[in-house]
Amino acid sequence: MADHLTSWVLALVQTALFVAGAPLLAGWLKRVKCRLQNRRGPRLTQPYRDLLRLFRKELLLPEGSSWVFRAAPYVIFGAIVLAAAVVPLIALRLPTSAIADVIVLVGFFALARFFLALAGMDVGTAFGGMGASREMTVASLAEPALLMAVFTLAMSAGTTDLSVAIQRILSSGLVIRPSFVFALLGLLLVAVAETGRIPVDNPATHLELTMIHEAMVLEYSGRHLALMEWAAQIKFMIYAALIANIFLPWGIAVGFGFGALALGAAAVAVKLALLAALLAVSETLLAKMRLFAAPQFLGFAYLLCLLGMLSHVILEVGG
Amino acid sequence: MSTGGAFAWFEAFLADCRGENLLVEEVAGPAGPARCLRLDPEDWGAFARLAARTGLRWCAVWGEHRPPRIVVSACLERAGGYLLARTAVEEATPVLPSHTPHYPAADRPERHLQDLLGVVFTDHPDARRWVRHRAWGESEFPLRRDFPLRREAPGPTPPDADYPFLRTEGAGVYEIPVGPVHAGIIEPGHFRFQAIGEAVLNLEERLGYTHKGIEKLAEGRDAEGLARLAGRVSGDSTVGHTWAACQAMERAAQLEPPPRALALRGLLAKRERIANHLGDVGAICNDVGFAFAWFQFSRLRERWQRDNARVFGHRLLRGAVVPGGTAVDVSPQEHRELAGAAAALAHELDELVPILEENASLQDRLVGTGVLPRETAERLGTLGYVARASGIDRDVRRDAPYFPYDRLEVRVPVRAAGDVAARLAVRIEELRIGLELHARLLDMLPGGAVRVPWRGAAPGAEGLGIVEGWRGEILAFVRFGPRGEVARYYPRDPSWLNWPALEVLIDGNIVPDFPVCNKSVNASYSGHDL
Repeated sequence: MADHLTSWVLALVQTALFVAGAPLLAGWLKRVKCRLQNRRGPRLTQPYRDLLRLFRKELLLPEGSSWVFRAAPYVIFGAIVLAAAVVPLIALRLPTSAIADVIVLVGFFALARFFLALAGMDVGTAFGGMGASREMTVASLAEPALLMAVFTLAMSAGTTDLSVAIQRILSSGLVIRPSFVFALLGLLLVAVAETGRIPVDNPATHLELTMIHEAMVLEYSGRHLALMEWAAQIKFMIYAALIANIFLPWGIAVGFGFGALALGAAAVAVKLALLAALLAVSETLLAKMRLFAAPQFLGFAYLLCLLGMLSHVILEVGG
Repeated sequence: MSTGGAFAWFEAFLADCRGENLLVEEVAGPAGPARCLRLDPEDWGAFARLAARTGLRWCAVWGEHRPPRIVVSACLERAGGYLLARTAVEEATPVLPSHTPHYPAADRPERHLQDLLGVVFTDHPDARRWVRHRAWGESEFPLRRDFPLRREAPGPTPPDADYPFLRTEGAGVYEIPVGPVHAGIIEPGHFRFQAIGEAVLNLEERLGYTHKGIEKLAEGRDAEGLARLAGRVSGDSTVGHTWAACQAMERAAQLEPPPRALALRGLLAKRERIANHLGDVGAICNDVGFAFAWFQFSRLRERWQRDNARVFGHRLLRGAVVPGGTAVDVSPQEHRELAGAAAALAHELDELVPILEENASLQDRLVGTGVLPRETAERLGTLGYVARASGIDRDVRRDAPYFPYDRLEVRVPVRAAGDVAARLAVRIEELRIGLELHARLLDMLPGGAVRVPWRGAAPGAEGLGIVEGWRGEILAFVRFGPRGEVARYYPRDPSWLNWPALEVLIDGNIVPDFPVCNKSVNASYSGHDL
């Protein structure tokens, strides 16, 4: 019973870590990117200051917007926080990941995106609708690839429970499986598209006509905008944690001892920092691609995930 | 005035005009490199038809209210020789055939004239208002003499809600209005897209949001005041416009600035071109999400402009060119510093440019995007790097040279592809050439004074200034009034002829590629709206 309680407390703490740590990860990414561009970056804590500033600012509602516009930030933030609860960050065997498996995680993302697109269209500006249409185009191709990567994992592990799956991977030791390599590559591409990073989308742009994600939140201000940005940061961290813990699970805490948890926290911090640095390098090297190249990019991601599953079926099943 | 080679075609053209029964007469025109023809108003359109057939390039049209008549002048060019066509209409019946059917480039300049002076162009294909939003009434013409220079502020301008934009209809066609207020800090302009999905069907520009009344403000100024005003036509071309205006005034007053001043003007123009190209090269890359180039080139531009501020007193070189010479000089110490900074910049470019040229993801976005075919560029009379990237080998500094360029060999980079990549390549090449010329001008800088005192021009004296600004050919017309004050000033920024090219080159592209196409042209809003 005590163990049960601890695990629930840990699950809550872990979710809180997602929510609290996401701006830090965003700050780190920004800082590494700045260094790579020969600039002095902002402080690591700058995203927190930005969020605080937005929370304090006056809230402006565009003329003619409905309750969808007002509700969307809360729905999106809520869905993303729930999604974060499902993903193991520092410890496995948490009750939240037993309740909701990885398909639910994809569902949470879809829910958030649905409301984001609705909110974009709700204000009735050309940009909101344009952003929503582009986001849905990208999502309709990214989601199958994401699911395919998830299925590869699930087939290997024989479960869609992330905790259990990761534990199986851990216990099987360091084996390079072709299916995982393909799925990892595919998931990396999906993550870039889903979190609105270069080369699919440019989060730093001021050019309305080129925006995808930003176009939908153009009309948001104050705490609404803060929630939207915060949710985007958490989503980014979820993807990073997924990739880090599924494909490089070593270090994650299996037991609930203090030492194991501390090691788990340190390990995931290092892994996330490295992943973000990797993204910063690729964002510095690449220009954003033409919008119509995004389907090819995601088609390639899907193909990689599919190859992962095939190679699992051919090479690993029964082996 | 009539230099042999540049006007080799002139006599034959004059004979053609007479062969077509046009009443033309060569008259004394404004001081400058142009020959002037007086025409009958009825022949105005037929003249344009003949000129277009003969291969003359259309440059500008402007008018002046000299009660009871309105004098309209059009400037054309061929092989480096400029031709000024003039006619006059009665202010009560200011009707004139249009040049637009023969020269599409004349479209907006004529509408500008229609809004500001009330000249009606009979066979103009598009008689909608252009520069007039709703700040003044339909029957008011600010450039007429009876329109007061200073009057009570008319209050807030009502929203320009009823402008009849072009419409496209059909299933799946939708409209994207962009601007005049943008998400970034850029000049205001409105762009109306008709699109199917992401494909652009049509783009219509609506400009005029930065109309400052430059032409009206010029009335009654002295020479120094006009030079200051010319420096504010377009902030990034302050040297180009001031030089053109000063050249026009100096020609009208028959005043020859000292050679050192003219060489310094050349140096300043180079510095202006280099600063703008540095900024734009970075910005073009940034518009396709390649931020690395943006920060590197911004850094270079910043250092360059700080040198401007230190040596010439203004980051954008405002106020450096004055009637009779320049207001700035370089000491031997500054001379060495400028040369050193330019050499360092050349070195940095050698490192940075290959990074841009070899980045496949960047080139993928630029090659084949926003193609302006050569024939279209010719037809629209496009200028500067936009023309040169579409295979048009044109540069005033080489074709109709003025000191110091008549002493220098000006290489003109030309590319055939006409896409964003070609415009970027031309700009990068111009950066290199600009740095070479910068060094040559520093080397050849003559000694002596940098300024001769301004002496008033004779009443009614006119001058035409034509220089190559960083965007392309800048033309300035100045006429002095009876007391030596400025009676009329018309600056023709190259943007007038480059803005329409943007509407064409976006054809067949997708909506999110518009910003990079726009940036690769980078026409001036302010220089166009006047």
